[in-house]
Amino acid sequence: MSLAAEVGPAGPTPARQPARSRSRRSRRTALLLLAPGALWLLVFFALPTVQLAATSLYDPSGSLETGYALTFHWQNYLDVLAVYRDQFLRSFLYAGIATVLALLLGYPLAYAIAFKSGRWKNLMLVLVIAPFFTSFLLRTLAWQAILADNGFVVDSLKAVGLVPTDGRLLATPVAVVTGLTYNFLPFMTLPLYASLEKIDHRLVEAAHDLYSSAFTAFRKVTLPLSMPGLVAGTLLTFIPAAGDYINAELLGTPKEYMIGNVIQSSFLVRLDFPQAAALSFLLMIAILVLVMAYVRRAGTEELV
Amino acid sequence: MRGSSGQPAAGAELRLSGVTKRFGEFTAVDNLDLTVPQGSFFALLGPSGCGKTTTLRMVAGLEEPTEGLVLLGEQDITRLRPYKRPVNTVFQSYALFPHLNIAENVAFGLRRRGIKDVREQVAQMLALVELDGYDKRKPASLSGGQQQRVALARALINRPQVLLLDEPLGALDLKLRRQMQLELKRIQTEVGITFVHVTHDQEEAMTMADTIAVMNAGRVEQLGPPAQLYDRPATTFVANFLGQSNLVAAEVTGRSGDELLVEVHSRVLAVPLDRAAVHAGAVWVGVRPEKISLVQAGTAGGAAVGRHNVLPGGIVSDVSFVGVSTEYLVRMPWGQELTVFAQNTGDRSPFAAGDRVELQWGAAHTFLLDAEQDSRAGVQDVATGEPAPAGVGG
Repeated sequence: MSLAAEVGPAGPTPARQPARSRSRRSRRTALLLLAPGALWLLVFFALPTVQLAATSLYDPSGSLETGYALTFHWQNYLDVLAVYRDQFLRSFLYAGIATVLALLLGYPLAYAIAFKSGRWKNLMLVLVIAPFFTSFLLRTLAWQAILADNGFVVDSLKAVGLVPTDGRLLATPVAVVTGLTYNFLPFMTLPLYASLEKIDHRLVEAAHDLYSSAFTAFRKVTLPLSMPGLVAGTLLTFIPAAGDYINAELLGTPKEYMIGNVIQSSFLVRLDFPQAAALSFLLMIAILVLVMAYVRRAGTEELV
Repeated sequence: MRGSSGQPAAGAELRLSGVTKRFGEFTAVDNLDLTVPQGSFFALLGPSGCGKTTTLRMVAGLEEPTEGLVLLGEQDITRLRPYKRPVNTVFQSYALFPHLNIAENVAFGLRRRGIKDVREQVAQMLALVELDGYDKRKPASLSGGQQQRVALARALINRPQVLLLDEPLGALDLKLRRQMQLELKRIQTEVGITFVHVTHDQEEAMTMADTIAVMNAGRVEQLGPPAQLYDRPATTFVANFLGQSNLVAAEVTGRSGDELLVEVHSRVLAVPLDRAAVHAGAVWVGVRPEKISLVQAGTAGGAAVGRHNVLPGGIVSDVSFVGVSTEYLVRMPWGQELTVFAQNTGDRSPFAAGDRVELQWGAAHTFLLDAEQDSRAGVQDVATGEPAPAGVGG
């Protein structure tokens, strides 16, 4: 909304002829600049989405061989919700926990890089991004090795009694959430860093000068000013984490499966397209609703 | 508010005792002793890098002295955390909180001290800085001058014992700066709080401050009321940094009553004894450009009342008309160019380049400085407003 407020005053300028033709030309330029992206989105996002919506309403009695009939079979949605309610809830629970953990790890990390790293700043940023040099799949497979039953992590945790002697980490919810947290940590850290880095240190000094202890200055100045990064980071973590299926697949068991696993198997294994499409749509809508509620509550439009 | 009349509770003076601040090898502030009387408007004046801002930050608690003590009345605040000091700062960049509106910015200090009902005080403070009705706006929507006043209100509302101002007018244009100088002075008189004002602008310091400490290279060169500093500079740095001065090399030759006699290129000039920083040997004879009258060659001393100093043999080399006055450069027989400011009273026609003139001024306006000092120390480069590098010329 702040954008609208900034643009606002330019509106009621005297509408003289040259000004109007100039504004028309600048509008044409804007459309030209938008065109390639818009076209891309139309072909590869809008049309497939319509197709997906249609698929989700096909008659489920059809098959790939016999073909599907578009019968506006809304029952598909109720069916998948009834059958896969647990996986839905688990997706949001795991993604939520992973987001909170990533925030708890990422905020201090971003803060340290932004304010305390000095000449090591660039190196530390590279280290944050370094995991992207290998594939998502490989990194998750590496966690399989790390959390393996006879690996050193489990051994050490058993030694200090954090894991019971007959316990394990792999194939548990802990492993899945750990994997999610790890894989999406950079998405949390980088926007937070970008936000924190912009904060003028003199504002913190001003807060100290105005009777704020270090903690109060953080709570009243640094934290509010880093909200844009915090909101961006949590969204960039939560949304892909909620739809992820690799971590549950490789680090969990079917008992830890998330909605992504169900969609994957109904599209590619069971070939039940109407059901898969209905699941995808439900996930999309659920995330949209959650994100809108969250952004409204965080009030990012209030921020500079 | 602590006092009923709006006066701060304790009449505490601010004292710096032997304060030194080193950053690695660099000594920013060097064994500084300063006393700022309670309720005064005190200016720390000096070129950039002279240590004035560091001094201010040590008083604010944002920097810790390497050595020495900072005292507020009887209380030693040297190592006290900034948020525990009864001292507030108006920052150079204002440092307003961009996520809070004007009212919340101003109320920030009160809220941190647990004061719940701040509305009335905020309204009073915004009225004082003439920003009524701006309380719901965000800092970014205000002009520089308005932001400056918000920063002032945000600091003043806490009724600090000392208010620190770090180049508060530096970002404003000239006209607004003049206006804010008067405004600041008015507010200071109204609230009676000690103001310590850091600036590199000598005019600003002279306009506002009761007392000026001229700082150079981490030390105080001279301290006193503006008129005294201007009239009787103690060092070449002060003579050049505060206004302009003509400094001519001379030799003390004798004494006559309460005047010293000095010889300048075989002319004898008189200097009151109490205006001489040194009493023997090689010296700089100084006189302010506006104290000098230019007269046609051969007519000096005619209408003079009292004891006058005369330097003959000058040739006008440059004339620049600046409206209220005309600035002349006069080349003396020994090659040096002296500056003369003549008020455009209209009583006589101006001189032109090439005219032969004599320089004449009251002996009481002459001052003597140590010839050991660099005669160009503190000279400001007209183009940038920054002091010229030390050691240029001689």
